[in-house]
Amino acid sequence: MTGPARLAAVCGGLALLLGVVAVGSLLVGSARIGPGVIVDLVTGRGPLEGAERVVILGIRLPRIAAAALAGGALAVAGAGFQALTRNPLAEPSILGVSAGAAFGVVLAQISGLGQGVVEALGLTAFAFAGAVVAGSAVYLIASTGGGLPVHTLLLAGVIVGIFFSAAITVVISLVDTNRLGGVIHWLLGNLAPIPAGALGVFGATVALGFWLVLGRARALNLLALGEEGAQELGVDAERLKRRIFAGAALLTGAVVAFVGPIGFVGLIVPHAMRMLVGSDHRVLIPAAALGGGVFLLSADTLARTVVAPAELSVGVITSFCGAPFFIYLLRSRAGRVMP
Amino acid sequence: MTPLVQFDGVGFTYPTAAPGHGRFEIRELSFAVAPGEVLGLIGPNAAGKTTVIRLLSKALAPSRGAIYVQGEALSSLGRAEVARRVAVVPQDVAQGFPFTAQELVLMGRFAHAPGRFFESPADVRIAREAMELTGVQALAGETLDRLSGGERQRVVLARALAQEPRLLVLDEPTAHLDLRYQAECVALLRRLHREQGLGILLVSHDLNMAAELSDRLLLMSSGAAVTMGTPEEVLQESTLERVYGCRVVVDKHPTTRRPTVSVLWPDGR
Repeated sequence: MTGPARLAAVCGGLALLLGVVAVGSLLVGSARIGPGVIVDLVTGRGPLEGAERVVILGIRLPRIAAAALAGGALAVAGAGFQALTRNPLAEPSILGVSAGAAFGVVLAQISGLGQGVVEALGLTAFAFAGAVVAGSAVYLIASTGGGLPVHTLLLAGVIVGIFFSAAITVVISLVDTNRLGGVIHWLLGNLAPIPAGALGVFGATVALGFWLVLGRARALNLLALGEEGAQELGVDAERLKRRIFAGAALLTGAVVAFVGPIGFVGLIVPHAMRMLVGSDHRVLIPAAALGGGVFLLSADTLARTVVAPAELSVGVITSFCGAPFFIYLLRSRAGRVMP
Repeated sequence: MTPLVQFDGVGFTYPTAAPGHGRFEIRELSFAVAPGEVLGLIGPNAAGKTTVIRLLSKALAPSRGAIYVQGEALSSLGRAEVARRVAVVPQDVAQGFPFTAQELVLMGRFAHAPGRFFESPADVRIAREAMELTGVQALAGETLDRLSGGERQRVVLARALAQEPRLLVLDEPTAHLDLRYQAECVALLRRLHREQGLGILLVSHDLNMAAELSDRLLLMSSGAAVTMGTPEEVLQESTLERVYGCRVVVDKHPTTRRPTVSVLWPDGR
């Protein structure tokens, strides 16, 4: 099968799966609402008022959109960081990039940002700045004479992550708790309903980050040969790395700003997709985007039904899945270098 | 005629060295490769052969002097532009690599359209022709870690040909090959040179192969050129003994009449 045909087949299949999971997620919840009513509401024929309308259109649907977007963004960010560092264990939360972005968000929130579109942009900018600072710090700590050893990179990520988590704790202790609202819940990943304007900003930011990474997917394949090998074949490796880093940091920042620092999605999904579709980034990255949506949407649906009527944070589910997966990868292939 | 590649008083020192104290990896190196010429670059370890390749592929920038490719300063050319003119065949590519032979060869087409997402049918055709030339078309679907050293070498050579370069730079092309593959490799290079009119810069430890294939040889030592000329001119016993620091015997190949070099082993009977 040629490249474009493979891409179409993989994306078609995963999009179908995402649709099925989304419909399933729309149907389940603590409020019992029949499928007929849901169909009417989504197609715009339902009642104009009432609890059912609020639950479906105001809560479940935006939440599904946010989960799919966030999962896709984290998976693509993970695939991007993995290609960039040629390290199979690189991932936004493990690299400390999520913690950096979270610190940016906390800083933005103590200035009391509201829920509008401008505030959403400001929040994203702070998260992006935090992600870039943390990512750069990890790179500077871990790079030794032109190389990024697998384990050093992970340790640098852990250290930077711990530093920013501590900084967040300091800020939370100093500031009046009321102004930070549900920050603890958010720090574990909270897919609470996002207002339409903010959801738009979220979507646009994710689209930009996705384009930054996917647009250089072919060059990322060459980067697997090593930087010098890629350069000999005509790749401007420095520019490529800056662009991929910006894209992955933007994706991480957006997710952290709107949903919270959810861990391990960027580790689990790209690996699963690599087993499924291979290592060609031109297929892998779109597959990770859709697969990440499927994974996080499933995890979130589980999170809000498993202890109903209470709710778990979705980050709890992804961490329970991710930690054993990480250990498995560490034991089986940490010594090896990407891909 | 404009040379394919010209080194003009090139010096290189690693930038970390303190000013004035830097040990030059390359000193005052000047040479040129004419279109369609085979230039053999020989010399002992640490002579600077690999540095010359890295300078030529723009992995390193000269500290002094300038490098020209087809009359244009290398520093003014973009990476893709360089890769369309100069193809480097490294000693080996990373193993345990998930791509197939054909995917690797297609990577040679990147420089011709860096903005293209998928390779065009023309790219695929050129890659297949290159694989036919080096005799690896049957291995197209195999992943690289399943190939032998000799097969991998020919796949990488096919990738270099898919770049459609004017100059082929070969880094120790027979280093990992047994005698049969060495012979095949030499035959293949001869054929490519004859049929495609490619200029070749052959970097090798193997003096006999270099003498066999090259129009001219450039002998380097400690980052500087010692002598340049025909194999007969360069491969003199006195010169080689001075540069390599061991006794050698230069003879003539019984069939090709090219010079051959053999070491006079110490404590011989």
